[in-house]
Amino acid sequence: MKTENPKAWFFVLPVLLLVAFNALVPIMTVVNYSVQETFGNNVFFWQGLDWFEQILRSERFHAALGRQFLFTFLILIIEVPLGVIIALSMPRKGMWVPVCLVLMALPMLIPWNVVGAMWNIFTLPNIGLLGYFLNDVLGISYDMTQDPFAAWVTIITMDVWHWTSLVVLLSYAGLVSIPDAYYQAAKIDGASPWKVFRYIQLPKMKTVLTIAILLRFMDSFNIYTEPFVLTGGGPGNSTTLLSIDLVKIALGQFDLGPAAAMSLIYFAITLLVSWLFYTLMTKDDGQ
Amino acid sequence: MKKRSLIPILYIAFLMLPIYWLVAMSFKTTNEILSGFSLFPQTFTLDNYKVIFTDPSWYWGYINSIIYVSLNTVISVAVALPAAYAFSRYRFLGDKQLFFWLLTNRMAPAAVFALPFFQLYSSVGLFDTHLAVALAHCLFNIPLAVWILEGFMGGVPKELDETAYVDGYSFPRFFVTIFLPTIKAGVGVAAFFCFMFSWVELLLAKTLTAVQAKPIAAEMTKTASSAGYELGLLAAAGTLTIIPGAIVIYFVRNYIAKGFALGRV
Repeated sequence: MKTENPKAWFFVLPVLLLVAFNALVPIMTVVNYSVQETFGNNVFFWQGLDWFEQILRSERFHAALGRQFLFTFLILIIEVPLGVIIALSMPRKGMWVPVCLVLMALPMLIPWNVVGAMWNIFTLPNIGLLGYFLNDVLGISYDMTQDPFAAWVTIITMDVWHWTSLVVLLSYAGLVSIPDAYYQAAKIDGASPWKVFRYIQLPKMKTVLTIAILLRFMDSFNIYTEPFVLTGGGPGNSTTLLSIDLVKIALGQFDLGPAAAMSLIYFAITLLVSWLFYTLMTKDDGQ
Repeated sequence: MKKRSLIPILYIAFLMLPIYWLVAMSFKTTNEILSGFSLFPQTFTLDNYKVIFTDPSWYWGYINSIIYVSLNTVISVAVALPAAYAFSRYRFLGDKQLFFWLLTNRMAPAAVFALPFFQLYSSVGLFDTHLAVALAHCLFNIPLAVWILEGFMGGVPKELDETAYVDGYSFPRFFVTIFLPTIKAGVGVAAFFCFMFSWVELLLAKTLTAVQAKPIAAEMTKTASSAGYELGLLAAAGTLTIIPGAIVIYFVRNYIAKGFALGRV
């Protein structure tokens, strides 16, 4: 049992100070911008909640938000089942396990803009390996700078390449913690592979899968660098996800007020959906 | 059993293809790349690497990245250790709320913070220093380190602490000589994750630096756009950014399965 100890605050103080410095000051700056209008020269006018209203009504924001939800939805329904299937088919022990884990973890340690650049040269029509294979060997016309559908397939494939391993490694960690005795008992009872999965493996993976889904949601919802480097949001606006649109408004057009209001709405949506996921996935624990 | 192992093999092949292509490109001349498709480098060249190792703006990019990533890893783990200990051992006013608030910082889109971070670090005079990037990355690395370490510490029975106090150990001596060695796998895993997320992040690192502390990844975007389209050079620089990550994974390979479960399985 944990003991009551108010002095524990001193242990937490360094963390608190560092994170507060990084989180509170910038977020207050954003709040400050979101309610004011500026014409430069550091002259600000009170604007109230006008920016929020403007963003919430703007079609551009709705479109970017829609693309963002579609992207995150596709990522989750592809990466989570795929990751679980791969984890289930991995050997549980042996010399190949560390080799597999190291190779699988590799994409996650590549800087994000290098991931974008790498996929760019991989998919160049006629020059890149994938672009050449699709266009010149299979005869499928593929050019993601022209075709929005090809651009979408490419950014989804890139993210699956980049992050499925996170789900694999987390699920695998859950699987190896199951004692052999459970499997032997299931064998004696004549349980089918599906039953073994449903009643032994899945419950053991639940905690780690919750972490995996939460992390994948947060990170795919906040994704910026990789699609920006790969497609720049194009062709047209077809792959302009929320972060890309936000940076366009904030740094491209320097509309600080609307950008700040959009940031806060964006952050609030991320928090809300994460919280919903979290409560939904931990609710079943009681049953 | 044999058929099942086909799935991981296919998956790893899929993972390796783009990496192979990047490495293969880095050994080709720009002419060869643009003149058409070739699966293997026809005229094998090390010129791209030679450029990177002889041009200071290139190799300093690597040194800068390694400096701020190491600095960030040390700071994050050092301050997360006592905090994680407090969360795993004590109850105190607002502990649960504080823990959740720490985690919410992991959810903030970096794009939201880019501009305010620039202003904040400029106003305290840290703009374009390694320390600025290292401190900024604490925003998402400290919560993660606290989370991982708390998981590992929760697995250590409380009797260990009590026995040590009975034996007359002071808290700092107990923490350093007994407790830390017990959770050294956790420290390794936390350090690995801090290294990873600081190494791969670019948006904040690029926003907070100009010349002195410019990361390698930002160097790549600059050269790719100004010097035309030097794909070979870009590929060589990209290949070199994979190496530090590969070295770090090799060291933690035996803890990796447990570490990804954040010690909570």
